[in-house]
Amino acid sequence: MARIIAGVASSHVPAIGMAIDQKLTEEPYWQRVFSGFEKSKEWMAKAKPDVAIVVYNDHASAFSVEIVPTFALGCAAEFPPADEGWGPRPVPVVKGHPELASHIAQSVILDEFDLTICNKMEVDHGLTVPMNLLFGSPKEWPCPVVPVAVNVVLYPPPTGHRCFMLGRAIRKAIESYPEDLKVVIFGTGGMSHQISGPRAGLINSKFDKAFLDNLTKDPKKLTRIPHLEYMREAGAEGIEMVMWLIMRGALDDKVDEVYRFYTVPASNTAVGHIILENHRRAVAKGKRAGAAKTKRAAHTAKQFVRRSK
Amino acid sequence: MARQAQDYEDIPGTVVFDAEKSRQGYPINMFCMSLMKEDNRKAFKANEAEYLKQWKLSPEQTQAILQRDYNRMLELGGNIYFTAKLGATDGHSFRHLAAVMTGSTQDDYAAMMLAGGRSVEGNRSKSGQFQPKPRAAAKSKAASTSKSKAVSKATSKSPSKSRSKSRSRRG
Repeated sequence: MARIIAGVASSHVPAIGMAIDQKLTEEPYWQRVFSGFEKSKEWMAKAKPDVAIVVYNDHASAFSVEIVPTFALGCAAEFPPADEGWGPRPVPVVKGHPELASHIAQSVILDEFDLTICNKMEVDHGLTVPMNLLFGSPKEWPCPVVPVAVNVVLYPPPTGHRCFMLGRAIRKAIESYPEDLKVVIFGTGGMSHQISGPRAGLINSKFDKAFLDNLTKDPKKLTRIPHLEYMREAGAEGIEMVMWLIMRGALDDKVDEVYRFYTVPASNTAVGHIILENHRRAVAKGKRAGAAKTKRAAHTAKQFVRRSK
Repeated sequence: MARQAQDYEDIPGTVVFDAEKSRQGYPINMFCMSLMKEDNRKAFKANEAEYLKQWKLSPEQTQAILQRDYNRMLELGGNIYFTAKLGATDGHSFRHLAAVMTGSTQDDYAAMMLAGGRSVEGNRSKSGQFQPKPRAAAKSKAASTSKSKAVSKATSKSPSKSRSKSRSRRG
């Protein structure tokens, strides 16, 4: 049986991708951002998922204003990087997992989530930047990916509650897949940022920190945040954080927070990152002691960089 | 038919890209999408006014694009993820465009971001009627003090922090 072992949330700032592509990661400005993901890459190398489900949003790459699906599932065998206006990112083609994706589609649609099926789709920085942050820059990505694209560009995006419930349905689908697969689910985007209009540059670290705290401890509380509050408190584009709730909905109610990182800024955006492990992963393997050790180590590594006042 | 008032119109310095904006801005955004292809970027740069004729833009929309008036493009239905492709065609990043839209110099904007970004205090509400929920307000006295500052700032209709030059929405 397939199972979700952990959830990862990460911002997907396009400038992070550019810093990687232009080899600027050692510059002090970028070092501050990338250093926060060193432990995460180690964690991911140990976790070795068989499949990653990546919840992200398309930024006018695969979907223009002609067709705007609220939830779209990538069922293709591969997803090439899109040309976003400056040429496609020099990253490997993302391989899909069509069998698992089709299974998820069937299960989730019958669970009353009306997904759009994408058998041909390009992917942009929204998906590839978090892949780089967690997997580095290998010649081939280490595992296949099932992309879940969420509309957060055209208002209104799906509600936080709807997203959380979709996560629940995805989890149910995965747990009914017969093959023994270890799955990690990514929620991407956020944290507070506004990149449009005279209010651009808005950052709200207090909101972000509370969001991270509750993501671990009380995600149901987050499902009640109305869109107006995201936009007012965390910036017009901060509404992307609803996507993190799909990831969280796919996890157990109680999770171990094994790592967290936060820094301001990357370009216009507050960068937030968290890794949450399902308890069951440790229990199933009879390694409670090991899990506690991991947690302590992670706690030591935990950083919370607050640059704003 | 008059447009129904939306609660998010109270957020200062912000144009929410909703269904109506999307309808209005369809030609701007589809023009911007065309710039994802290298050949189109070249054709546009070779003769901008001529290239724009094929997109059924209104005269205001055409003018906003030619003048690179990014705030005006938002008001006329453009969306930042689309207009950023125009920015990219000019060799400009999201951060460059953000600075332009706030009326800041590139250096001032970069400095503001490095110092932690634009504070939400004073930037929540145009009307000044919005009060943070009790859980936020109860946290500290400092928060409520800065909130009262915020109200007076918001009523002066300046969406930007004093650090960046203030600018009207139509700018």
